[in-house]
Amino acid sequence: MGERTEQAQTGQPVVICDNVHVHFKTLATGKRVKPSVASGLLQRGREMRTIHALKGVSFVARANESIGIIGTNGSGKSTLMRTLTGLTPPSQGAVYAKSRPNLLGVGAALIPDLSGGNNIILGGLAMGMDREEIEEQYDEIVEFTGLKDFIDMPMRTYSSGMSARLKFAIATAKQHEILIVDEALSVGDRDFQKKSERRIREIRERAGTVFLVSHSMRSIRDTCNRTIWIEKGDLRADGETDDVVKEYENYR
Amino acid sequence: MTQIPKESVQHSMNMPQLAAEHSLHRMGARPSLWSYLQQVWRRRDFTFTLARYRMQSENERNRLGMLWVLLRPILSALVYGLVFGIILAGARPENFVPFLIIGVFFLEFFNTSMNGGAKSIISNSSLVQSLPFPRMVLPIATVLQNLLNFLPTLLLMFVLTMMWGARPNWGWLLFIPLIFLFYLFNQGVALIFARLTVHVRDLSQFIPFISRMIFYTSGVFFDPRTVLEPYPTLMQIYDWHPLHEVLSIARGILLDEYTIPWDYWWKLALWAVVILVVGIVFFWKAEERYGREN
Repeated sequence: MGERTEQAQTGQPVVICDNVHVHFKTLATGKRVKPSVASGLLQRGREMRTIHALKGVSFVARANESIGIIGTNGSGKSTLMRTLTGLTPPSQGAVYAKSRPNLLGVGAALIPDLSGGNNIILGGLAMGMDREEIEEQYDEIVEFTGLKDFIDMPMRTYSSGMSARLKFAIATAKQHEILIVDEALSVGDRDFQKKSERRIREIRERAGTVFLVSHSMRSIRDTCNRTIWIEKGDLRADGETDDVVKEYENYR
Repeated sequence: MTQIPKESVQHSMNMPQLAAEHSLHRMGARPSLWSYLQQVWRRRDFTFTLARYRMQSENERNRLGMLWVLLRPILSALVYGLVFGIILAGARPENFVPFLIIGVFFLEFFNTSMNGGAKSIISNSSLVQSLPFPRMVLPIATVLQNLLNFLPTLLLMFVLTMMWGARPNWGWLLFIPLIFLFYLFNQGVALIFARLTVHVRDLSQFIPFISRMIFYTSGVFFDPRTVLEPYPTLMQIYDWHPLHEVLSIARGILLDEYTIPWDYWWKLALWAVVILVVGIVFFWKAEERYGREN
């Protein structure tokens, strides 16, 4: 651990997660099955359920670190990442960052009835690029999607692979200082997967600090020098990738 | 279990201090109102493009496309005209057809803004949870989209009233300040409802009743002031009905049979400014909460 700690101490803190708790409130739909209790009309009332998604997570991320985030499904990884970006506000504790960490993802901003080309413009604007930047990169984005012949067709006519490629190409067009990559992003056929892996690597190199959320221990080992393991909302481990991954694999 | 690195344990006691030392900002913190509005302004291209593209996609789904923007208010004017024209019979206000058309067309802009505003955050929750931008962009884009839909119906309204005897004159330029004030008012209402529905989901079920209430009280197909004539106090209160003010001014501008009630101008201006300011502050106050409650 000595080497990493040394390196970490020289790097400036860029993201600080200070005792972050996140509670979600949802209207519980569907009743719990209790056969013994007669279900009357009066009991139909729906209660608010609170889900404690993160239970006090703290860490300091430093410049030029590549941090893997691992954990079983539903352990709170995505919630943690959304909290880092400020999209999900913590109910307690705080996240501090040098600049806003960006999630690689733009799908929700696009409109299926619009052409691919219009969606490139809309998606770019939604990510905070200005029009000139988008116009400069437009051809490159289209080239990357490999959808040149379909770019004037409405996105709803695309196959799921095609629209995934479009979304990926738009999302990766922007420069990021602190970047969060959800591995689920690499999509499409094998050619495109290779292309997108290469693109993610490039972005990772250009970005200062990267968080990689993945279920693939291979890609965590390949790219991260530090790994954080989240389990049921708790930070289970934080340290050298090799150590943490080994422990995680034993746990599973 | 792997040890949590020592340094971060040491710092965990004074992380806010460490953050301040390295000039890190707190994420998800609500910016001051002024810098928030600056952020919104910086996103104007996104706001406008969103409004334009949404309008385009909504209308292109139908075969008649943009024509529906004009057909919708005409059809509802036709229905109300037939129903209330017969019910009211002799009690119809003067020059009934343009009277009704002005009422229906203007109410449409208000109703779509209130409804759209109420849905602007809750029906875009995936967008709100995936991309960072000042959330006020969404209700603003909604009202802008409705304004873009409203402008062509305005032209149609001019044409139709001319068929019933109205003649264009310089006075018609008064529509510019009227639409401006009406737009500000609608924007304020949309902002207020955008936040309210986030807290109180069930409100969106209640909104159709609010818009019906406003429809019947604002005098779309009759003049409520003739009903209220025997009650001067009520009439004074009623003069503050913002939608009635909009309709009365519009009719005064277009139709010879009606005069513009000049005191309505400043009353409407007051409404627009107050509702807009209240809407902006009220919406901004909950900015950091829009991602959480779902």
